[in-house]
Amino acid sequence: MSAQFVIGIDLGTTNSVLAYSALNEAQADVQLLPIPQLVAANTIESRSMLPSFLYQCTSDESAARSFALPWNADATFTVGHGARSLSAEFPDRTVGAAKSWLGHSKIDRHQPLLPWHASDDITKISPVTASQRYLEHLVAAWHQAFPDAPFAAQNVVLTVPASFDASARELTREAALTAGLPPTFVLLEEPQAATYAWLNAVGDRWRKLLKVGDRMLVCDIGGGTTDLTLVEVAADHGELTLRRAAVGNHLLVGGDNMDLALAHYVAQLFQAKGMTLDPWQSVSLWHSCRNAKESLLSVSGPEEYTISIPGRSSRLIAGLVSVTVERIHATDLLLNGFFPNALLTERPARGRVSGFREIGLPYESDTAITRHLAAFLNQALAGENLTHVLFNGGVFKASALRSRLLGQLQSWYPDAPPEIVDGSDDLDFSVARGACFYGWTKLRDGVRIRGGTARSYYVGIETAGLAIPGTGRPLKALCVVPHGMEEGTEVDVPSDPIGLVVGESARFRFFSSASRRTDQPGDLLPRWSPEELNETDSLEATLPTSATVPGIATPGESGLAEEDYVPVTFHSRITELGILELWCVHESADQRWKLEFSVRDDVER
Amino acid sequence: MGRISIAWQVLVNGVFAARVTKLLETPTTIAAPVQPVAPPKLVAPMRPLRSDAVTLLAAFQREGRLIDFLKEPIETYSDAQVGAAVRDIHRDCSGMLERQFALRPVLDQAEGSNVTIGANAKNGRIKLTGKIGDNPQTSGTLVHHGWLVTKSEVPIWTGDPDAATIVTPAEVEVR
Repeated sequence: MSAQFVIGIDLGTTNSVLAYSALNEAQADVQLLPIPQLVAANTIESRSMLPSFLYQCTSDESAARSFALPWNADATFTVGHGARSLSAEFPDRTVGAAKSWLGHSKIDRHQPLLPWHASDDITKISPVTASQRYLEHLVAAWHQAFPDAPFAAQNVVLTVPASFDASARELTREAALTAGLPPTFVLLEEPQAATYAWLNAVGDRWRKLLKVGDRMLVCDIGGGTTDLTLVEVAADHGELTLRRAAVGNHLLVGGDNMDLALAHYVAQLFQAKGMTLDPWQSVSLWHSCRNAKESLLSVSGPEEYTISIPGRSSRLIAGLVSVTVERIHATDLLLNGFFPNALLTERPARGRVSGFREIGLPYESDTAITRHLAAFLNQALAGENLTHVLFNGGVFKASALRSRLLGQLQSWYPDAPPEIVDGSDDLDFSVARGACFYGWTKLRDGVRIRGGTARSYYVGIETAGLAIPGTGRPLKALCVVPHGMEEGTEVDVPSDPIGLVVGESARFRFFSSASRRTDQPGDLLPRWSPEELNETDSLEATLPTSATVPGIATPGESGLAEEDYVPVTFHSRITELGILELWCVHESADQRWKLEFSVRDDVER
Repeated sequence: MGRISIAWQVLVNGVFAARVTKLLETPTTIAAPVQPVAPPKLVAPMRPLRSDAVTLLAAFQREGRLIDFLKEPIETYSDAQVGAAVRDIHRDCSGMLERQFALRPVLDQAEGSNVTIGANAKNGRIKLTGKIGDNPQTSGTLVHHGWLVTKSEVPIWTGDPDAATIVTPAEVEVR
């Protein structure tokens, strides 16, 4: 059966969205899929967003089928708005922010860890399984709406943060394939999706709005994460094209942090009135603060905003306590806490690392997004100028934040201040819409953003040398994938042969860099600063134990090793779908072994 | 006529069934074959055993605590006290109304402006007030633009029949 639709999925940290467009139309007509979900026990409603939360039901709830869906009468968990509401009262039973865990390489993401720190009587799942469940729900919702257009036969685009490295993308792909996405689905970076949403809105006029040499910053501040990307406008055979030039690091700071900061401040005001909030009221306060933020930070916003917490009993006015938040205080807290005026030369403050560090999500110690932005622009532009900026993410509904960021950019580049590009009005949905439109343009040969890999990748090679007791051998980083390597290309990595021990699994430490963009395959780095290279999951391969591997150097001949070893070099490949493959190639014989990402806990790190 | 209605009519309506049989037996000039009734997709049976009206009340209570507000005697409170509570209730309930009903004005013009009446007066869209004579009026001043629903999507309730009267359950805190 051939595809009838192109589908774009935004698998967000806090909300997931599915957009689609029928292929038999002349123009792309992108629609949002209404997603049926439990909003409370026994209550099903269709909404355009599916909150990325999962609630594990109690045995009573499962027996009573309180969370049954048309496609799953025996549900033991629920996903969506209902799960999000229940997360307030039952945080131990709810999984949230699974996506942020996918990008966290220091833990084994296949282990059932979530809900984090929950007690043993609650069924735990891995971050990969949680992501799979959200996607399964979207697939099932699709089949409810379009029973004659099987999901696996459609053209599907799934978005990931630009800052996700190869390992996190691989895990996302794994969750997606298990959830029922077709094997040919494509991964697209979220800031690129936001750019495509803008291209869809503006149509062919983009060629008049941008010219060759223009550089656009895409600043995507979502609920939990901030993603920065630089897009360049180039010419290709006389035609204007877009090229993704650089990406920033994965920053765990976003709109939710701001709402929480405001909620914390307001909770203190309530405490001054003698009222301590219980968990349900705290979450209600958090939501009120989101609304307060948007209202107080808007252009014609009020001077003050009253936040009222009603009583829990049926007499809600009788039990009501109100506090008034003044615009000055809110602006002060949010703008100076998250968008302080910074110089282009400033860098994010590094939190003081104590001897212990609790294993958990690596939240940013410096929440100043402006400083992170300065660091990114410094490294990405390298002296060139920035001409345009595109804002994306629910946070930018507050116009004071847009103005502050724009003001910052204009102060950093006073000679040629960047112009703001009017993104789509639908800040919550533009990533999904953009992904759908990207799928459409791929089939219809519309404008494409060329990218290649967002990072360069390196394998850690232990150098031969004097072994000092108590320390490991010095490590060098061998570049195996250059920045910007195009999809559908492969390259041999020139290097001295490396010995792999037969019959054992060979493990290599694996690094990526968003900032080093000139390294070529074969370049060997003797040292690097921690900001330049980020370590991700290690790679491993197991060579067969039999002696059928030709060309093995035996101990007698080499005099070096105690065991049989095979000399190999590396060969890297980026598939058409953008997946990184790294192979060990036997030096003289025609044999190769694929290196797989190892997600086991690495105790020696 | 949809496939499900055709199938139903064939079952209950003998005359209709005979016509369909005749149609199927007579060769037609239409090249495409008659679409067979597709077998229904396997779907777990839902249990819609509560009236939509009660489900709507439950939604107002869950989203905006409207029932609590309407049931609370407000005579003893000042305007400021009532006002403080009402803003959040207003915001949450109007969001819910928009999602479920997407209410729109019957007439788009600004209230207070002159509008033509035309055929709309006959089908319940317009209510005429003032000097209504025997001769049909052609225009007047728009006093209230009216409301109509553009959809009706109340949540689906799947609970047990004995819980059909529960708008919101009683809450008991356990220590």
